[in-house]
Amino acid sequence: MTFEVDKIRAQFPILKQTMGKYPLVYLDNGATTQKPQVVIDAITAYYTTQNSNIHRGVHTLSQNATIAYEGAREIIQKHINASKSYECIFTKGTTDGINLVAHTLGKTIEKGDEIIISALEHHSNIVPWQFLVEEKGAVLKVIPMNQEGELDMKAFEVLVTKKTKIVSVTHVSNALGTINPIKEMVKIAHQVGALFLVDAAQSLQHFSVDVQDLDCDFMVFSGHKLFAPTGVGILYGKENVLNNLPPYQGGGDMIKTVTFEKTTYNELPHKFEAGTPNIVGGIALGVAIKWLSEMNLKEVQLYEDSLLQYATSEIIKIDGVQLYGTAKHKSGILSFLIEGLHPYDVGTLLNQQGVAVRTGHHCTQPIMDYYKIPGTIRVSFSLYNTIADVDAFIKALNRAVNMLR
Amino acid sequence: MNLAEKENEIIEEFAIYDDWMEKYEYIIELGKDLPQIADEFKVKTNLIVGCQSQVWLHAEKIDGLIKYTADADAIIAKGIISLLIQVLSNETPETILESKLEFIKEIGLQEHLSPTRSNGLVSMVKKMKIYALALQNK
Repeated sequence: MTFEVDKIRAQFPILKQTMGKYPLVYLDNGATTQKPQVVIDAITAYYTTQNSNIHRGVHTLSQNATIAYEGAREIIQKHINASKSYECIFTKGTTDGINLVAHTLGKTIEKGDEIIISALEHHSNIVPWQFLVEEKGAVLKVIPMNQEGELDMKAFEVLVTKKTKIVSVTHVSNALGTINPIKEMVKIAHQVGALFLVDAAQSLQHFSVDVQDLDCDFMVFSGHKLFAPTGVGILYGKENVLNNLPPYQGGGDMIKTVTFEKTTYNELPHKFEAGTPNIVGGIALGVAIKWLSEMNLKEVQLYEDSLLQYATSEIIKIDGVQLYGTAKHKSGILSFLIEGLHPYDVGTLLNQQGVAVRTGHHCTQPIMDYYKIPGTIRVSFSLYNTIADVDAFIKALNRAVNMLR
Repeated sequence: MNLAEKENEIIEEFAIYDDWMEKYEYIIELGKDLPQIADEFKVKTNLIVGCQSQVWLHAEKIDGLIKYTADADAIIAKGIISLLIQVLSNETPETILESKLEFIKEIGLQEHLSPTRSNGLVSMVKKMKIYALALQNK
């Protein structure tokens, strides 16, 4: 059975829209993905038949909502192959997950301790660590990259020392599409006893990820880039690692007993889930991941790779195109500029023709500084995109270029 | 031509085209035709904050009237500032400060700019009025 894109695409109602007289060509999946009907239905069903607070009600509605929410956690656990469901902590998203780890692990960080990130990181995997540089005197080291957008693994081996507390690296670059060799990097980090955090915000929607195989200590991702709503995400952490961290926010659900003198904390996962969570978001994330996991993800990956290859081969036919990010292992993202043309002009004229792309620095200003450019035009694919989408994009791009030159 | 007449001229010009791609073609032409600004005016203090591309605006008062000149690194932004200059240049500071610039709404420019660019449009108008205010008593 080969991947049948038409059947997948038909499940996304938003993609049937037109923008003026042009059909919508949605190529901004790196920013957020669209939602299939099953996810939209799950949100409606929750508020129509299940809404109540979880983990504390004696009544049936609350019990059913709790079962659905905890069921979602188990679906997520299976999908990323975590050994325990309570190793999956619900968060607001990737940024929230990184901040949770930086804040709690940060309490154990001492002056001179080292944190390693890479040249490919999103601002949300830079700034939380910089807080620890300012507050604790930690040292932030950056793994450099080459012109193609690949990390320098030799440099990484030299950067890692006995003082390295954590290495935090993106699985797939949101600006360039590079897939980093995470498994190999985790091994190197573990040799000196450092923890490893994987930012999977741009990887899980494109291929399957097995946390036990990677042997990472943490993995974070966002629901909304994975066919689920905004405002929900996951922090995966190994049980012993999470147990060694102090709690993050204080409040309901994260406590065992509270007196004015002393509070004892709840066990995983509740220790890190203070307050009423985004219940419907969690349930919908479970539905989205179940929907995704029922597909053959190898076929999805092959299909998306073929789209990227086709788009790349078509775009380089345009005079003056410069690609950014030409790594050997890439996923779903095509970043480019056209000589003499401003990305905002190109983006505006693409938008006028129904083509949604992202222009700018993509929250990765250090990457843009590396190439000495203010930003790029980024096309990012998902499993519902088609060859026809690529053709429409190329046609619109050619028209924009002709108008601007 | 007074300010209202200049606005009407633009409204009529835009009414010729029914497709927004054609209207953009016109904006791009305006951008390309905008007279060069002297390099000495392309300085940080003349940059308009709030635009996604770099837009420089300079103003001076000659015989009681404000003359604007501008440049931008994005051609569409340049076309838009050119439209604003067409309307507001060669007017008194008082007229500029009182202007409502109804033509922007009338031609549908605001809806057709992405929110970031639309913010840029607001910033452009604001900067032009700030110059008018500053030059009012000079």
